[in-house]
Amino acid sequence: MSEHRVGDLIRMTAADLASAIHGGQVSAVEVTQAHLDRIADVDPAIHAFLHISVDGALAAARAVDESLAAGERPASPLAGVPLALKDIVVQKGVPTTAGSKILEGWRPPYDATVTTRLLDAGVVILGKTNLDEFAMGSSTENSAYGPTRNPWDLDRIPGGSGGGSAAALAAFEAPLAIGTDTGGSIRQPAALTGTVGAKPTYGGVSRFGVIAMASSLDQVGPCARTVLDTALLHEVIAGHDPRDSTSIPQPAPQVVDAVRRGQAEDLSGLRVGVVKQLRGSGYQPGVVASFDAAVAAMTRLGAEVVEVDCPHFAYGLAAYYLIMPSEVSSNLARFDAMRYGLRLGDDGEASAEAVMTATRGRGFGAEVKRRIILGTYALSAGYYDAYYGSAQKVRTLISRDFASAFASADVLVSPSSPVTAFGLGEKVDDPMAMYLNDLATIPGSLAGIPAMSVPSGLAGDTGLPVGLQVMAPALGEAVMYRVAATFEADYIARNGGIVARSAPELDGVR
Amino acid sequence: MKLADLMDYDEAIGKFDPALGLEVHVELSTQTKMFCPCPTEFGGEPNTHVCPVCLALPGALPVVNRTAVESAIKIGLALNCEIAQWCRFARKNYFYPDMPKNFQTSQYDEPIAFDGWLDVEVEGYDEPVRIEIERAHMEEDTGKSLHVGGSAGRIHGAEYSLLDYNRAGVPLVEIVTRPIMGTRENAPAVARAYVAALRDLLRALDVSDVRMDQGSLRCDVNLSLAPAGAGGLGTRTETKNVNSLRSVDRAVRHEISRQASILVGGGRIKQETRHFEEASGTTRPGRSKETAEDYRYFPEPDLVPIAPAREWVEQLRVGLPEMPWLRRATQQKAWGFTDLEMRDLVAADAVELVEQTVAAGATPSEAKSWWSAYLGAKANEAGVALTELSITPKQVAAICAMVTGGQLNAKLARQVVDGVLAGEGEPDQVVAARGLAVVSDDSALQAAVDAALAAQPAVADRIRGGNLQAVGAIIGAVMKATRGSADAARVRELVLATLGVQG
Repeated sequence: MSEHRVGDLIRMTAADLASAIHGGQVSAVEVTQAHLDRIADVDPAIHAFLHISVDGALAAARAVDESLAAGERPASPLAGVPLALKDIVVQKGVPTTAGSKILEGWRPPYDATVTTRLLDAGVVILGKTNLDEFAMGSSTENSAYGPTRNPWDLDRIPGGSGGGSAAALAAFEAPLAIGTDTGGSIRQPAALTGTVGAKPTYGGVSRFGVIAMASSLDQVGPCARTVLDTALLHEVIAGHDPRDSTSIPQPAPQVVDAVRRGQAEDLSGLRVGVVKQLRGSGYQPGVVASFDAAVAAMTRLGAEVVEVDCPHFAYGLAAYYLIMPSEVSSNLARFDAMRYGLRLGDDGEASAEAVMTATRGRGFGAEVKRRIILGTYALSAGYYDAYYGSAQKVRTLISRDFASAFASADVLVSPSSPVTAFGLGEKVDDPMAMYLNDLATIPGSLAGIPAMSVPSGLAGDTGLPVGLQVMAPALGEAVMYRVAATFEADYIARNGGIVARSAPELDGVR
Repeated sequence: MKLADLMDYDEAIGKFDPALGLEVHVELSTQTKMFCPCPTEFGGEPNTHVCPVCLALPGALPVVNRTAVESAIKIGLALNCEIAQWCRFARKNYFYPDMPKNFQTSQYDEPIAFDGWLDVEVEGYDEPVRIEIERAHMEEDTGKSLHVGGSAGRIHGAEYSLLDYNRAGVPLVEIVTRPIMGTRENAPAVARAYVAALRDLLRALDVSDVRMDQGSLRCDVNLSLAPAGAGGLGTRTETKNVNSLRSVDRAVRHEISRQASILVGGGRIKQETRHFEEASGTTRPGRSKETAEDYRYFPEPDLVPIAPAREWVEQLRVGLPEMPWLRRATQQKAWGFTDLEMRDLVAADAVELVEQTVAAGATPSEAKSWWSAYLGAKANEAGVALTELSITPKQVAAICAMVTGGQLNAKLARQVVDGVLAGEGEPDQVVAARGLAVVSDDSALQAAVDAALAAQPAVADRIRGGNLQAVGAIIGAVMKATRGSADAARVRELVLATLGVQG
């Protein structure tokens, strides 16, 4: 295979790769090898991956090729296409760390439901991607294994917590990736890397086998460079799972059809709501300009744009930083050195309690400990009502804000992130500045509605990617994808290609 | 406190009124655990009934066992409780190595069943005693820690500990009473009768094995004292490890004496968890509860709320079996026992045993006689409950059948029972091994009769002269010669026939 050919393969969309593989123009093994080669080339500089499953990926690709050669129908529309799996989703026998020292060396004895669905669909899992420890962060700098760098500028962060998955897409190391989103961990990295990421309705994708941060907020979602690829992956992973009792017992939304419709039609007849509270102070001028241009484009595409008022969004961040740490403090209690993972201080004399204390004290990073302490405090007797109880009330009020907004708009839009990618180390010592990165994504998380980020272009001030957030009512994925697809098609028509196409080549970065 | 310093029970009751509170944990006999498909079976090699969910591996999620919810609702209904329209699980957060998640999934302020009662027959009361039920809620069991080295399996001084998670996640229902007041000297009997009634109810519902010895029914006794007649509640202790009905009685009795001794001496009761010591019948201090532990309860976000459909609840209500105390009236009539006889059986916890013995073929009076007299004495001797004796109702019935068939007399039957209790096998094996069959072979008996008559000619003459009471002396000699294995009635017939006398 020529160098040129490899370059083509890594830049192709998942949809095109699938049709080339299923049509016999290229083998799944060739596609997988091209991506493994790309990873070998650029990942030393990017550090998107924590583990690369060379043998597993090639074996899975070979199985797809053999099945196609035997005349069988592809297991799914994505059979043979490579994917990067966020290292918080367990895969049997493959090291899973959640970005934490406390799980170093642990190999899960079981597959997450998402993993099973990917494998059953013939998707080739290339490896596990970097993340902020237990998905807590907005820059991937909280990973115990070192930060991931933004392919657009290696001195900048790729967002977080799913910085590894987003960077892998932007660096053309994989055409597909899995993310998880608790307060914005899919959408904010997508925005900062010029890629697409969707957080489904809470309960739309099984959480079984996904290491929990905050159970009532966590949601797994698809990431890719195009809206269609994202939708194709969405349909592979979504749907009811009896092993997750919060999973919605309904068929998954038909998002691929919605994307095709969005690509073919304009936005006539759709009402797009601009959330007044999600574009004021705290938003970078280049981001606001890109967002305003996006709204103008949607108007031009026939949408009726209305402004909606969501007064309780102002309390979203505060409520989120009470509910999430409360659940974190309980969810992370299981990491106690007794059954798996790191064990420190076990000298044969120390008590179990001392070993637990030593392991948790040194095995968890500062941000994780900060949230455990916050949550432990918020749930304490005498404080529960004032903190956790009040936060739950805010959550209800935010859901009501959304309900009334969706009465006058089919989808809501906002910038996905208030800023473009910032410099490594710029906010590590200022937790509040870091938390503000999720200002626009947190309300949708609290309400459990579907929301996605689609690139709206490059910021005039920094030249870095900006994301447009599209939000829809619960189970409204179809309209969300339709709007995103129309917007993307228009962007491609006007700019000659998707945003990620403009990402640096990264040749010779190692 | 030394045993010698303990206040006499009667004196203690004279000075103080006890208030009781009972918390009973029932392990449900569902096929699978509360939140995962692992088997609940008792025993099994350590850590073989486990999976990612009950080991709390990263990423694993719970799913509620529908049968466990059904059992909890049935228990609630049988205890005359309200069944929640909507309730949630909650996390009870605390670190302990035998609890894999380091929180217990339980119910906090939204129990599935609440505000009920149970009427309990207690000796010494003409009317049943009404025990008010505060709540019955669902939760999961923990694993087991085995502390090796050090003293008596306690954690302090242990060299290391072994963890077995087979029991982790087994469904439990915890049934909590409201404070039980005004029982005075009957407090131990009321506590025992309540636990016994609850156990019978749970067995009738077929929701648990209710084996106190295996821990499938566990009782925590809360007890406090207030000065006699003053009303109110004193500081309470919670006694755990109360593993038999007899222990319930003893634990209450001991705590009353112990607390009274402290209070009379001007001391104050420490709010604490205590452990019942089976051997001494005393309690020893455990964890202090003076500084209340903060469990940081919050609604379990991994589980959706439970909203049992009303039709389902009503269906379960209609399907409830006849409660044991109602069935008892029917049984008493069928068995022809007097009120007193029946009450004795209930007090001895022998009703079920008699029922099963009768079902296995014995007559009610035979069954009652064995369980309340001979076996009752044996259980007392051994300091165990009747149900814990190593003889089954079926074996008792088999022995009754041998007596009826003439193979055994009463004395031999007791020896067979002793053999079974001693682990010598089934009744027929004991008969064979010990050579206990009644001698009913006439030729052997005739020889013994002839020898006895020859040895006592004067007695033989008196019998010939019509003095039938004298037959007893010959029977006695024959029984002695056959070491009790002869059928006395047959001996009598043979003596009379030999001497040509009409009986």
